[in-house]
Amino acid sequence: MPQHQTSGSSFDHDAPAPEPGPPGAKAESTDAVDSLLDEIDGSLQTNAEQFVRSFVQKGGQ
Amino acid sequence: MPPPLEVPAERRIFGLETEFGLHLDAPNARAVTPEEVAGHLFHSVVKWGRSSNVFLPNASRLYIDVGAHPEYATAECDSLTDLIASDKAGERIVHDLVAEGERRLADAGVEGTIHLYKNNTDSAGNSYGCHENYLVRRRADFRAFASALLPFLITRQIVTGAGSITRAPGGAAYSFSPRADHMWEGMSSATTRSRPMINTRDEPHANAELYRRMHVIVGDSSMSETTTLLKMGATDLILRLMEAHVRLPDLTLANEMQAIRDVAHDLTGAATVELEDGRRLTAVQIQQEYLDAVRSQVGAVIDGTDEVARILDLWERGIRAVRDQEPGLIDTEIDWAIKLRLLERYRDRLACAWDDPRLARLELAYHDVSPSTGLFTRLVRDGLAATVVDESRIERAKTVAPATTRAHLRGQFVTAALAAGQDFTVDWVHLKIAGGARSTVLLKDPFRNADERVDVLLEALDTASAPVE
Repeated sequence: MPQHQTSGSSFDHDAPAPEPGPPGAKAESTDAVDSLLDEIDGSLQTNAEQFVRSFVQKGGQ
Repeated sequence: MPPPLEVPAERRIFGLETEFGLHLDAPNARAVTPEEVAGHLFHSVVKWGRSSNVFLPNASRLYIDVGAHPEYATAECDSLTDLIASDKAGERIVHDLVAEGERRLADAGVEGTIHLYKNNTDSAGNSYGCHENYLVRRRADFRAFASALLPFLITRQIVTGAGSITRAPGGAAYSFSPRADHMWEGMSSATTRSRPMINTRDEPHANAELYRRMHVIVGDSSMSETTTLLKMGATDLILRLMEAHVRLPDLTLANEMQAIRDVAHDLTGAATVELEDGRRLTAVQIQQEYLDAVRSQVGAVIDGTDEVARILDLWERGIRAVRDQEPGLIDTEIDWAIKLRLLERYRDRLACAWDDPRLARLELAYHDVSPSTGLFTRLVRDGLAATVVDESRIERAKTVAPATTRAHLRGQFVTAALAAGQDFTVDWVHLKIAGGARSTVLLKDPFRNADERVDVLLEALDTASAPVE
C-alpha cells in the first residue's frame, strides 16, 4: 500500500551524509539555505495565502 | 531535395516543450482573465512576428497555447547540452516579455506583477505539461515499442520528479511528481481530453518514411539543468537499447494509472506496484533494473562518454537517495530534492503543516523564472543547485540556433528575414519568403544543417537587407 504521509517526509537533512564532502561543506551549505530563506522570508510571508490562491489558470495539454 | 543523411544510431534529435504558468498578482485590481494578461505579455511578439505564434531567431517556437499558457518549444537539438541551453534560454525569453506586459496592464488600469512559472499545476489543481520529444527510427511495431517504455516512465519520477506539495486524503504531503495525479492513460493520440503518458499522434516533423517522434508527455517541468540531463539522458539511453533490440527485463505493470500515483505519493520508496506477471516491486527496484540493463551495454551498444558516465552516476545516486532515504545525495541536482530541502527548512522555521500557504508560496518562487522574484538563479549563485552548461552558452542560445541540426537553417533564415524586414512563413519543416516568386523550401531531414536551397534564400534576403548606397 502507498503510504500517504500526513506529517511530511521522514528525511532529515541534519543527519550526517554517508559520504561527507570536505569537512564543513555540509554545514556551509545549510548556512547557505538559511541565509537564502532569510533573504526571501519577508516577501514569502506577505499575503502568501492571497497570492497563492490568485494563481488559477485553465489546464493546458 | 537532398537525400536523407546517413546518421549513426546514437545520434538523436531532442526537443522540449514547456507550458508556463501565467499569474497576474494584482490584489487591488479589477478581475483580469489569463487571456488578457497573455495578450499584453505577447504584444511585442505580435508586433514583430504579426502573430502570437512565432519561430524565433534561435529557431525555437514561442506561442500562446490552450488555456493562455505561454509555451516555448526548443529547436531541434542533437546533444543534451544544446538542449539544456535552449531550454534555459526559453525561460529568459519568456521572462523578457514580462516588463512590457506589466507596463501595458498598468496603462489599462491594472497595477500588478506578472509571474511565469515553469511548473505543472496551478493553485486549483489544473495541470499543464512539459513535453519531451525523441526522434526514433520508424518501425512497424511502434505501439509495442512505446508501450514497453511505460514502466520506465512511470517509475523514473523518483529520480527526475519536480516534487510537489499535494493534497492527499490524510492531509497535505510532499510527493515526487506534480504531474502524476493528472495522467489518465498510457498512450493516446489526444492530449487535453485524455492526458496520456505518451502521445502517439504520428507527426514526426521529419521524413515520415524514416522517422517517428516519441512524444512523452508524462514528465514534470525541470528547473534544474542536471534534472533535465537525467530525465532526457536516461530516457535516451533506454530508447537506444530498445532501438538496438537489446532484451530489456519485462516489467509491464498491471495497472499503470494506479502505479504512477502510488509511486508519486510514497517518498519512502517502500511502496510496491503490481506487475502483469503478478510480482510486486518498488519503483527503486524497477529503476535499478533499467539502470543495470543500461550499464551492461556501456562499451557495447552505448559509448562510454563522459556525459553517459555523468548520467549513470546521477541515476545511481538518485536511486540510492530514495532507497536509503538520503536525499542529501542529490539535493543540488534533482528538483524534488533541491526543493524539498528548502521546504523542510522553511517548515521547521515556521513550525507549520504542509498545507500552509507560505510553503505553497515558496514552491511557486522555486518555479518562478524571474531572476529577481524567482529562487533558482539564487540557488545556482549560492552553490545550492548544480548546472550543466555555462551562463554564456545560455545567453547565446537566446538568439543563436543549435549549429548541428536543421535548426541552424531555420535560425539563419528567420534572422536574415527579420534583418531584411521581409515577411516570411516558417514551421518545423518549411521556410518561405512571403509574396515572392521563390517556392517553399521543404526541410524533411532534421539532421541536415546545410542546404543549397536555403543558401539561395539567404542570398536573396542579404541583397534585400544591404544598405542603399
